[in-house]
Amino acid sequence: MDAAQGNKLNQILRQNDGRVLTEWVQHQVSADTFRGDLVSENELRELSRQLLAAIRDALARGNASDIDAAEWTDARELLKTVSATRAKQGFSPSQTATFVFSLKKPLFSALRAELARDPEALADALWTTTVLLDKLGLYTTEVYQQSRDELITRQQGELLELSTPVVRLWEGVLALPLIGTLDSERTQVVMENLLTKIIETGAPIAIIDITGVPTVDTLVAQHLLKTVAAARLMGADCIISGIRPQIAQTIVHLGVDLRGVTTKATLADAFAVALDRTGAKVSRADADGSS
Amino acid sequence: MDRIPILKVGEFLLVSVQVDMHDRLALTLQDDLTARIVADGARGVLIDISSLDVVDSFIGRMLGNIAAMSRVLDAQTVVVGMRPAVAITLVELGVALPGIQTALNVDSGMALLRKRANATAPSAGS
Repeated sequence: MDAAQGNKLNQILRQNDGRVLTEWVQHQVSADTFRGDLVSENELRELSRQLLAAIRDALARGNASDIDAAEWTDARELLKTVSATRAKQGFSPSQTATFVFSLKKPLFSALRAELARDPEALADALWTTTVLLDKLGLYTTEVYQQSRDELITRQQGELLELSTPVVRLWEGVLALPLIGTLDSERTQVVMENLLTKIIETGAPIAIIDITGVPTVDTLVAQHLLKTVAAARLMGADCIISGIRPQIAQTIVHLGVDLRGVTTKATLADAFAVALDRTGAKVSRADADGSS
Repeated sequence: MDRIPILKVGEFLLVSVQVDMHDRLALTLQDDLTARIVADGARGVLIDISSLDVVDSFIGRMLGNIAAMSRVLDAQTVVVGMRPAVAITLVELGVALPGIQTALNVDSGMALLRKRANATAPSAGS
């Protein structure tokens, strides 16, 4: 029955190919969800034509229900591309799914015109079509979600990599400029990076610069203190720099005890302390010994 | 029974822990070390733990105790070469070893001990 339904649908589609396509595109363009700013009518027409062809192809091969089957590969690939592109372009999920769902109306009117004299066959055909289009529509939503998720995961990874560089400022002086909010996962990465770099370079002093950290709460302070304590256990001193006035106030209001840690307002101050501790001295080449 | 060797280097004692420290070994080390500090009149103790993969809270406290005991016997203790993973674990365990001095490697540890020994006037330690 499935194959028969598929064939019948295909037949009807073939007979009404041009009209269904035109109506479909019109329907999409006139809908509230149409995004003329992101996709042109011509593009839409081309996409619709391809999808219709792919659907007909699958129907012709006798499969009208199981869109996971091999017959539907072309249609699935096409929908996947469309959804992924739209996800990146900034379409909403419903706008993306409407691409498929809006095919219902022209398709149904074609069916009605063809099968007007046989209500039972019409009902059957409508049911098959609805189920099929629902599946395809849901599939676009799924793919949309997937591509969004991939995007987010990738960005998270990039953020993690981007935001934890350990740089060598001087012989024996490392700096760790922190940017962005610190959560437990990031702090772990930051801590491990810093400690590994300390071992690698044998640097006895590390400057943790928090100029780029927007807020410091007790948790972040706790993380910072842990990093400092771990570095100290390994034999390296940490200086925390880049503490903005508001953050200094917050730290005191929160009752965080930073007494065991050297803190400086700016990275430059911290660097001066670090140089002093390593015994290095920086002076102007043309100055006569004034400090 | 296993023993951790204690080497005399000038006026300092060098302990290099190269096997996994189990609790009994740590206690033996504590006995031996205090005895040696007194016998040799050592001014400082350097404990190298760079080959230790695992340090639990007991060993951590043991190190703290050794440092405190040495201080009573007028010797500075420096722990050197702690690995990042060990340091993170100890911090997570809440063992911060406040009384212990640390250095990155034996070289800088020795330098630190010398500086300290030179600086110690009759009012020793912190």
